[in-house]
Amino acid sequence: MAEKIHGKICAISGPVIEVVGSDRMQMQDMVMVGKEQLVGEVIALRNERTVVQVYESTTGLKTGEEVVSSGTPMSVVLGPGLIGNIFDGIERPLRVIKDKTGNFIGRGTQVEILDSKRKWDTHILVQAGSLVSGGDIVAEIQETPFIVNKVMVPPGISGTVEHAVSDGSYQNSDVLSVIRDEHGKTHDITMCQSWPIRTGRPYHKRLTIDRPLITGQRIIDSVLPIAKGGAAAIPGGFGTGKTMTQHQLAKWCDADLIVYIGCGERGNEMTQVLDDFSKLIDPRTKRPLMDRTILIANTSNMPVAAREASIYTGISIAEYYRDMGYHVAIMADSTSRWAEALREISGRLEEMPAEEGFPAYLSSRLSAFYERAGYVENLNGSEGSVTIIGAVSPQGSDFSEPVTQNTKRFVRCFWALDKSLAYARHYPAINWLQSYSDYLDDLAPWYSKNVSRGFIRARAKLMNILQVESKLNDIVKLIGSDVLPDEQKLTLDVAKVIRQGFLQQNAFHENDTYVPMRKQYQMMDVILHLADRTREAVSKGVVCSALRATGIFEKVIRMKYDIGNEETDAFDRLKEEIDTICSDLTAKIS
Amino acid sequence: MAIEYLGLKQIDGPLMVLEGAKDLSYEEMVEVTLSNGEKRRGRVVKMDENAAVIQVFEGTSGMSLTNTRTAPQGKPMEIGVSREILGRTLNGIGRPIDGLGDVYPEKMVDVNGLPINPVARQYPKNYIQTGISAIDGMMTLIRGQKLPIFSGDGMPHDALAAQIVRQAKIADEENSDFAIVFGAMGVKHDVADFFKRSFQESGVSERVVMFLNLANDPVVERFITPRCALSVAEYLAFEHNMNILVILTDMTAYAEALREISSSNGEIPSRKGFPGYLYSDLASLFERAGIVDGSTGSVTQIPILSMPNDDITHPIPDLTGYITEGQIVLDRELNLTSIYPPIGVLPSLSRLMKDGIGKGYTREDHPDLANQLFASYAKVSEVKALASVIGEDELSELDQLYMEFGREFESKFINQAKNESRSIEKTLEIGWNVLGILPKEELDRVDNDILERYYKPRRGEQ
Repeated sequence: MAEKIHGKICAISGPVIEVVGSDRMQMQDMVMVGKEQLVGEVIALRNERTVVQVYESTTGLKTGEEVVSSGTPMSVVLGPGLIGNIFDGIERPLRVIKDKTGNFIGRGTQVEILDSKRKWDTHILVQAGSLVSGGDIVAEIQETPFIVNKVMVPPGISGTVEHAVSDGSYQNSDVLSVIRDEHGKTHDITMCQSWPIRTGRPYHKRLTIDRPLITGQRIIDSVLPIAKGGAAAIPGGFGTGKTMTQHQLAKWCDADLIVYIGCGERGNEMTQVLDDFSKLIDPRTKRPLMDRTILIANTSNMPVAAREASIYTGISIAEYYRDMGYHVAIMADSTSRWAEALREISGRLEEMPAEEGFPAYLSSRLSAFYERAGYVENLNGSEGSVTIIGAVSPQGSDFSEPVTQNTKRFVRCFWALDKSLAYARHYPAINWLQSYSDYLDDLAPWYSKNVSRGFIRARAKLMNILQVESKLNDIVKLIGSDVLPDEQKLTLDVAKVIRQGFLQQNAFHENDTYVPMRKQYQMMDVILHLADRTREAVSKGVVCSALRATGIFEKVIRMKYDIGNEETDAFDRLKEEIDTICSDLTAKIS
Repeated sequence: MAIEYLGLKQIDGPLMVLEGAKDLSYEEMVEVTLSNGEKRRGRVVKMDENAAVIQVFEGTSGMSLTNTRTAPQGKPMEIGVSREILGRTLNGIGRPIDGLGDVYPEKMVDVNGLPINPVARQYPKNYIQTGISAIDGMMTLIRGQKLPIFSGDGMPHDALAAQIVRQAKIADEENSDFAIVFGAMGVKHDVADFFKRSFQESGVSERVVMFLNLANDPVVERFITPRCALSVAEYLAFEHNMNILVILTDMTAYAEALREISSSNGEIPSRKGFPGYLYSDLASLFERAGIVDGSTGSVTQIPILSMPNDDITHPIPDLTGYITEGQIVLDRELNLTSIYPPIGVLPSLSRLMKDGIGKGYTREDHPDLANQLFASYAKVSEVKALASVIGEDELSELDQLYMEFGREFESKFINQAKNESRSIEKTLEIGWNVLGILPKEELDRVDNDILERYYKPRRGEQ
């Protein structure tokens, strides 16, 4: 244990305090501030003064109060018991805080991060004499019915196992094994390890990104896919459905584990996630979604400095489970609040502001965060991934503001939410023309192999129709759609089917909230079939209004509701119906 | 009596610098006594080992470096709360101004409050019937929600807020557990009077607490006013199980006060000169709405803010929209066509609506109907844009129907009298009636069964 270093408060300004008499404190050290033992972190050392940001409200602090540094950097505790729990920005369990201070969060609350009384059935995998190194698995614990927590040797330690306990029930502080390294020093291995939040956990190597994170959302999976280990941004003004989209992804994506970071957002939203996820059943494991979710909540009225830390707390936890060989997805809602926290602290430090008052290091901080995503081979040889999906709340819904612009440079998937779509209650309000996914080429082989050979071509056709529609719309805006030739009118009708029947998805409809890949492809297939057949009919002289009168467009639009996720032959029947309608109409003409 | 410090180091705007004070704590309150005996209150906003910067609420005029005595109070800003505060009128920092003497406090609470633990929150689900179709039908207000009114100068936001207070069905259930906390920041005398009168007329003034910081009251006080109001609201809701409706007006004046204070503190400004912490600061107010475990009370907030130059992307409405659970946006164009309430339906939203309407709450067809009205009305604005280019006569038949739908939606559904209170059934009925203008195949947001049951086309089968 590092030696404790003492200092005294000499100045206070909001969440930033200055400390004297402590020139041995190091950058990023975690400190305890004042009588109330508020948690803080060293963020600058200047002129014999140590600058500390405090993760709790500083009201009531006095100059001259003591500040104690533990000599270790700001860290998270990693161990079994994280899953299903809800923490604040510096990993204090909110349920325990509630038991201690009631409905409101008191200051300086000292709580145990993981329940040390709880006993875990542990299966030991090493024995005396085995050689182990960082990342190797020492023991396994069934953390939830579907997640096995693997007790790993902390990175940086290697040597011979000198002693290991036998299988049994242990608490998280019990020593499971002792390792002697080459210098003869011994290390106790327990279920828990601590990790400095601002440092990425090491891995063996990065692997090529080649499989998608399937989310059950058509516009994402089929149009703008994200890869496991990738990074995506969801920018959108207020009311465009950022949070709803994040919730949908957290509910249905096929990651093993979700870390949901509510960063400077609404308290009720976190409550909603807690309520919903405890009730909703994961379609794959048939267990409540909460069994695969970890929540980090720093609501907008909780201290701003902890908001900055919450993102790092979340990603460190995600990396820990990645190291065990799991696929983890992080939802960060919203990264703009995190950037604003940076700006606020930077302002208090009187640093020179760059664009819109944000500090000049905004872009490097953002890139460092998004680069912690990846599909990797872990130190212990297993494969795991961290996928980051960050919401961005652009000021004034203007995508040219610094946070959106800087984020754009470090993500390859950009799901731009559109106000006018949201106004028309077209959800998810992802604008298909402004958004892009750079992962499409990487993932194409996977889609060809696992969904259908025709998938990529079908997608391109679909997008093409939408592209043509947007050009036609420019004309329609000027002269109305009535004067268009029938072929173009038809394009508009088919595009409408794509928009309403395919891109728009109803999160509250049983059949539509999650759609498996197979059905997504079949829906595309039916729409393209409709496009082809009707074009044929029109070219033979059938007029658009006659096609419309058959109600076939509405029928195809409704297939998302009418056809269940498993009823695959219904699509063939629908195609036959399209054929019949088109040939009947063509027959009438001739 | 505790220690008093004589004299000051510096006075600058609303700030004074006190040197050599021992044992002051951050954000502590101080009492400043002038040589003529006048007492003012201040708050420590910044401190280092030598000096403390103190913000004086009532302003620093008449103060000099030598004529003041400063007494630390040893605690942050507190307000005495009690059930008896109902029916009282207080100034911006919680001192009675109605001449009825002091409020005897049952408890002193820190006006800054503490954040509600998300684990202890109850997700709000019970809707409040306001009797206003546009709100009940399209952006339903939920008990425990924070739903601001985004308005502009010259628009009837005050009348709308007063109508909500008058008609909110929250009042009828059990009269005893309902109350209103009204916080005015920088409003004109006549606005405050208007509210006072309308509370009297609707017979609720016994259940209203008013905090008045008028336009000519000290700016620094404005910073404290909403905090006092919300502390009282929290106390009544969570300790006396009352349903509290908090009306805060005008949040723009509050944010401007914050900017003024920030710039006099020499802080680095961000957008439009507002401090970088405007978001956090507004959140510390708006997040004090909700329902918590172990209490049957609730705090519902309706803050009113005027959008400078009707610009919804201005930092104040912009940041507010990111914090609150939706917004009611007033539309200048509707207001000009004499539609009351001039609620711009498309940019308005209630985020909590989806869980508080439908079967078991309002009526089964409500969610689909609202969605369809939104979608169809959005289409109307496209058609309008086209009509302005090619003229309405040149529109296709379907587009003409949309124009008609748009007109009726505005004049029948949105428009209503200032004293008209519509039941939710009535609102839904008008909604279906207006939708009847459109042919069935245009209604793609409605479930088939519901369409069968409620949709009545105006022109026979299409």
